[in-house]
Amino acid sequence: MTTAVTDAPPTDDKKWKMIDARIRRRGRTPDALIEVLHSVQEAFGFLETDVLQYVSEALGVPPSRVYGVATFYSLFTLKPQGEHTVVVCTGTACYINQSSALLSRIHDRLGISPGDTSEDGSVSLLSARCLGACSMAPAVVVDGSVQGRVTPQGIDLLLEGLRP
Amino acid sequence: MTDIADRKERPQHRARQAPPEPAITGPIEATAQVCEAAGCLSLGSEQVLDAVRAQAVARGLTNVAIKRVGCLSLCAAGPLVEVPERGQIFESIDPSSPASIDRVVDALAGGGGGRPTAGDPFFARQVRVVLVRSGRIDPEEIDDYTAHDGYEALSRAVTTRTPGEVLEEVVRSGLRGRGGAGYPTGLKWKTVAKADGAAGKYVICNADEGDPGAFMDRSILESVPQQVLEGMAIAGYAVGANHGYIYVRAEYPLAVKRLRLAIRQAEHQGLLGSSIAETSFEFHIEIRIGAGAFVCGEETALIASVEGRRGTPRPRPPFPAQSGLWGRPTLINNVETLASIPAIVGRGGDWYRSIGTEKSAGTKVFALAGRVVNTGLIEVPMGLPLRDIVFDIGGGIVGGAKFKAVQTGGPSGGCIPAADLDMPVDYESLAQAGSIMGSGGMIVMDETSCMVDVAKYFMDFCREESCGKCAPCRVGTVQLHLLLDKMTRGEGTLQDLDTLERLADMVKSTSLCGLGQGAPNPVFSTLRYFRDEYLAHIEDRVCPAGVCPMTPAATS
Repeated sequence: MTTAVTDAPPTDDKKWKMIDARIRRRGRTPDALIEVLHSVQEAFGFLETDVLQYVSEALGVPPSRVYGVATFYSLFTLKPQGEHTVVVCTGTACYINQSSALLSRIHDRLGISPGDTSEDGSVSLLSARCLGACSMAPAVVVDGSVQGRVTPQGIDLLLEGLRP
Repeated sequence: MTDIADRKERPQHRARQAPPEPAITGPIEATAQVCEAAGCLSLGSEQVLDAVRAQAVARGLTNVAIKRVGCLSLCAAGPLVEVPERGQIFESIDPSSPASIDRVVDALAGGGGGRPTAGDPFFARQVRVVLVRSGRIDPEEIDDYTAHDGYEALSRAVTTRTPGEVLEEVVRSGLRGRGGAGYPTGLKWKTVAKADGAAGKYVICNADEGDPGAFMDRSILESVPQQVLEGMAIAGYAVGANHGYIYVRAEYPLAVKRLRLAIRQAEHQGLLGSSIAETSFEFHIEIRIGAGAFVCGEETALIASVEGRRGTPRPRPPFPAQSGLWGRPTLINNVETLASIPAIVGRGGDWYRSIGTEKSAGTKVFALAGRVVNTGLIEVPMGLPLRDIVFDIGGGIVGGAKFKAVQTGGPSGGCIPAADLDMPVDYESLAQAGSIMGSGGMIVMDETSCMVDVAKYFMDFCREESCGKCAPCRVGTVQLHLLLDKMTRGEGTLQDLDTLERLADMVKSTSLCGLGQGAPNPVFSTLRYFRDEYLAHIEDRVCPAGVCPMTPAATS
């Protein structure tokens, strides 16, 4: 456990106030790490190296462990994300109902695979290990809203709507 | 627990601006129960609720209620509305279509044109213990839970029974862990109860439902969150723990929101927190949110994650019951297991044991999905034949196509072929057939599925989700996937098939945790029942289902 944190946040963004408040409320303990990383990613969209450094000092956790945790869990990302996020579910029910055809359609249109962001920075593509929306398979989540029974033609329409 | 007063301070109503409710001048004559679990919500059920309410008011109906409920279980046909007084359920209600909304309002007014629920095998063949309140109560209102006998089992247990008596009830029920492995719940509780708790004990609810194709726990948490909390508190009382954690997937934001609300409401009413039901028993529950790691469903990995570390498993023993969270005795149970507890303790272990089979007591919740007509959340007594589940409850295969197999147990499970459709669904029969009960995902496949590709799909999953700690799993799943991939490209040899089997055997017997030990199961089970498909890929260079790319072999 470190002593009081004197380091200022990496940027003077107001969002740090909220994150600091959450760290204080949760207590500066190592077991708060995952929760704090969630907060930071929610605020900034991804986890930058200097951000990880700050979290490490704030919680008294070695930087190696913070980096280890940030890279272990698939929901944390160390790369900036595109303006829109498209998540294609690849759970079993979606797989049985041809979700791979949706991924290849997106690849045909934007040239990106899960984990990539399109060149113009407009769309990030992710795949999910089952969203629990199996009754609507195959499911796609566009900026947080779930769309069910998506067809490759549906993908075209959907990507059309995300153009800058 | 009859009258829970203090309505003034009832926390948080729905944030959105709901239209005014119909006037109430006497007893409620009909209720429109609108499903607001995640599936129906994403199809617009909030708007359905508002539209039905507005239309009911516009038509001057009185003494009717329109309320939000949890999962109505026929998920394929959402958004769903049930009017129980008329025995009707309405499917695929379109909030923007006045005619669609009118059908529901007509039922409220006394007419009807919905799907009758009585006699419909989808509903009639189910036996509800865990889901008895799902689709009946508002998951965001604790008063609705207590009005349906909620928290009675906990209150009675802490005021009139000793922890030992409660424990005995659970032992007698024959309940086995619903997370997949089927370990006797009572035995686990006894071990934790006996462990030295001088420094504290913990109860953890494993809500890291990671199997692809499984949404039982999500639906339970979204529909009856209080029931899970009550089960945890009873467990805490029986084993001598005062703190509980719910470890829930970050992918389930609605479940997290409703759990948070449920904890706040229960604490406010003295049903959680200090001095529960005005006794000296205290039980506090906190939520921990995962970050997308399948392996965290394994109990020692889950504990590492709750402690804020990488979710890698460790060798057992010591088992968490002796040394778990922060080295203290820890009881870890799955959501459905804990949600079964209030009924068992309330109605007695003997009653629970009378449901199901001798070795697999009680009911099991399944998420029925894939190529089946009635996709949804079902609860059936253990021992029901698989055929009844797929064809009576599930309504058969989409488009009347030919049934091929049912996959149970997710990436650690196996496939049950058509020849075994009459087998009873219980722990023993599934194991005998080379699959496992698993957490309850049941994926129905028709002839459009290639079983080699299915095996590859699950191996790809395990390969990606392997935490990397032990070599057999980290390296073995990659090699197994390469072999399967080679076959789906039409380049496999009989020697590859031999290597596949030997390697699968090695990974199964030498991996550290259940992820690696179970990873070869889909390979074993598809080889057992569909070896001819493997041979077609290898010897004839043909994918019978027409799924695999089968690019021509490079040489020969």
